[in-house]
Amino acid sequence: MAIRSPEDIVHMRRAVREHAVRQGFSLVDQTKVVTAASELARNIINYGGGGEMILQPLAEGVRKGLKLAFVDQGPGIPDIELALKDGYTTGGGMGLGLGGAKRLSSEFQIESRVGGGTRVTITRWK
Amino acid sequence: MKSSSRLAGVIKNHEKEILADWIKEQLASTTLRGDLLKESELREQSRAFLAAVQAAVQKGGTEDLAGPAWADVKQLLAEISRARSLAGFSPSETATFVLSLKQPLFSRMTAELKSNAAELGEELWSITLLLDKLGLFTIEAYLKSRESVIERQQTELLELSTPVVELWDDIVALPLVGTLDSNRTQIVMETLLQKIVQTGASIAIIDITGVPTVDTLVAQHLLKTVAATRLMGADCIISGIRPQIAQTIVHLGVNLGEVTTKASLADAFQVALKRTGATIGKAKAEAAGAV
Repeated sequence: MAIRSPEDIVHMRRAVREHAVRQGFSLVDQTKVVTAASELARNIINYGGGGEMILQPLAEGVRKGLKLAFVDQGPGIPDIELALKDGYTTGGGMGLGLGGAKRLSSEFQIESRVGGGTRVTITRWK
Repeated sequence: MKSSSRLAGVIKNHEKEILADWIKEQLASTTLRGDLLKESELREQSRAFLAAVQAAVQKGGTEDLAGPAWADVKQLLAEISRARSLAGFSPSETATFVLSLKQPLFSRMTAELKSNAAELGEELWSITLLLDKLGLFTIEAYLKSRESVIERQQTELLELSTPVVELWDDIVALPLVGTLDSNRTQIVMETLLQKIVQTGASIAIIDITGVPTVDTLVAQHLLKTVAATRLMGADCIISGIRPQIAQTIVHLGVNLGEVTTKASLADAFQVALKRTGATIGKAKAEAAGAV
């Protein structure tokens, strides 16, 4: 799913919510995963110059989940630890998006190379 | 004989037959929407269009559709496309109007040049090119009218979605519905501040029951609106924080600590009433029973 404009974020949120409902997520879990996705998608637009989101429903025995990967080819993040720190921002935001997304997810991975883009993967289990 | 004048001649000499064939073709086609268009209208449109094409081919040839000779035809087509798009035709249904003219023109031209295969091929090719261009033009006109509808709706939506209502003396409320992007927030903030000036309200309630997702951007917009309201000398209460939103805000790490928040608009209204010193109560039971 391409993420290039703020309108795409609205579409993406709706898609994520639909999948979360289909996986049987509770209202709280739906809201958490949708909000995390919203933060990461906005990062792609504000800092990554546009990119894409890949959605993957997971099923492990009785456990069900959603895996979302946010990929951009932007400038990359030089200091990931600093970027994850609450209140740190290079734009005009609150500096809580990346850290907040991490706290809203069950699993969180971030890979970034300066000049080589960024890939953030989050998983939320039911 | 020059290609364009041959085509003009064929249309002129066989106008009735071509028109009859063409209308038959359109009426038989599966893409004609009999429910949306009357047959008499279709006949009138077809007649006018064929006459205009004939005149344009004679004057300007089939090569240059941008020239002045084709202006009438294009205007006519644009009108037809617009009308059909508004009536609910699909793009292919609209384009079929032009494209279905191919068959009748082809058969007339074939009858005319039976003995001259080379010339016939050339003529058919130029007719194809011409009608394809006109078909594309139809689609473009169709899309343009659709786009203008969407644009109008967007502005309407923007205005519709930000009403500030007066709940009581000194108390205004702003029920937010839908997605809060930067554009909308700007308008929301402006209308709220404007209303505070107009009414001299001392308390503003922002209700976010209708906002499905509260992320950091939305939270930031809300905090800015609250700060601006305070600068205007009014107090702000945020209501409609549902349980799932509350949990999410906590995980995000957003600090709404200094803002009064309430779960429902009714709760927020009560707080506002208390602060302004007003009370609303049920009519006393003894008042009814005393007489």
